Amino acid sequence: MIGVDSPISEVANGGLLSGPSLDAGAESPSAHRHRIGALPSTSAAELIALMEASGLQGRGGAGFPVGRKWRSVADHASGARAVVLVNGAEGEPLSLKDRSLMASRPNLVIDGALLAARAVGADEIIFYVGAAHRAAEAALRHALADRSADVRGGARLIQAPPGYVSGEESAAVHFVETGDARPTATPPRPFERGVHGRPTLVQNVESLAVAALIARYGDAWYHGMGVGMSSGLGLLTVSGAVNRPGVQELALGSTVAAASMAAGGVRGGAHAVLLGGYFGTWAGLEEARDLRLDQPSLRARGFALGCGVVHVLGGRTCGVEASARIMSYLASQSTRQCGPCVFGLSAIAQATGRLASRSAQPGDLERIRRWSGQISGRGACRHPDGAVGMLSSALRVFGEDFAAHQQGRCVRALSMAQVA
Amino acid sequence: MADRLAIDRIRCDGHGLCAELLSEVISLDDWGYPIIKAGAIPSRLAEHAQRAVEACPVLALRLRAADPAIPHK
Repeated sequence: MIGVDSPISEVANGGLLSGPSLDAGAESPSAHRHRIGALPSTSAAELIALMEASGLQGRGGAGFPVGRKWRSVADHASGARAVVLVNGAEGEPLSLKDRSLMASRPNLVIDGALLAARAVGADEIIFYVGAAHRAAEAALRHALADRSADVRGGARLIQAPPGYVSGEESAAVHFVETGDARPTATPPRPFERGVHGRPTLVQNVESLAVAALIARYGDAWYHGMGVGMSSGLGLLTVSGAVNRPGVQELALGSTVAAASMAAGGVRGGAHAVLLGGYFGTWAGLEEARDLRLDQPSLRARGFALGCGVVHVLGGRTCGVEASARIMSYLASQSTRQCGPCVFGLSAIAQATGRLASRSAQPGDLERIRRWSGQISGRGACRHPDGAVGMLSSALRVFGEDFAAHQQGRCVRALSMAQVA
Repeated sequence: MADRLAIDRIRCDGHGLCAELLSEVISLDDWGYPIIKAGAIPSRLAEHAQRAVEACPVLALRLRAADPAIPHK
């Protein structure tokens, strides 16, 4: 086990960001091979068993066990050929870790994709990269060209259209198939029937990069990386009221306090933390400090790691206003297919916006409480669930603020005025 | 085996006939879209559930075998 205070990049057989600094640009295939060795020749069955033994969970947001996903696709593909869709859409506004990883470690992502393709029996790999992530795309294109012998014509790169929902797995498959990045009704899920109607593994780029390390160093290495009861390592994007916002690699099980220390420490006056991104959950700063950043620990406490976002809310920003901005964005990102999402999120966003601007109509707070409880599970994808999950946590953490805003007052503005 | 109702949320346009025919299980939200009570359809309502499925003008409602492993949608 490594200590909370020792950066993973300084550990032998280190993590995703060991080696040259993130700002140094893309690591070349030869430097990459020299640093961590050639792609292991592990068999498909052994790769799946290894991922299962490691306990690696997906890093795109849902936290689904990677080994189980690989096995499902492999099982469905028996006979037919599967497809691997490498998900680098990263539409989450508070996350930078996927684009940073693709831009700086393209060969690690490609390694993971090649290993996943071997494991599930795929002869086609699609790199689905957010259109705005230019450096990431360039790095991947360059690395793919350099490694034509490895990919043997079976890989292509597609720009994911902008939008929060473009990276949702059925939306990604739909876009590759038809050019329409809206989610589709499930079942069938992509692992059953995806690209070309074939079983498709949709996997986040960080998950694949970690898989490439596990394939080299073993599941015991991965377990040893965690803090306390947790295992593994992960990328976080720490932002907001911290001194050095950016991407950090931490041992899973590190606390929120450790993550903010890694980002230079929290600036004075901060009062809450958004964990997991816009689909995530708010926590008060005090309760957040000791929370352990790994999927099982956070879930047990009613939070989620999501895609590894830790956003610290500064002292001058009211939680009602911050939550209203996020709700408004998420409502705007509905792909407008399912009624509860189209009308529900929009109504919730408007009422929350009125509360934030202290122009609430009577009953707005009661309405957003009621609506938030009605929306989960009522869309083709989990976009509405994520949005109301965030708002429900805001109603808990900023309960007093919401109540004051319903009365046209802002507690935070008052307290800031008293300090000034 | 008991069935449960599944809605294709993309197809559903909020016509609301299902809630009229099966108000014991289906209510409507403020915008007219169905909210289905969790759980399997009680056998005494099976016939009404079938009628609601057939009445949906956009074929968004289906009955399928209850599977506790799949989260209710």
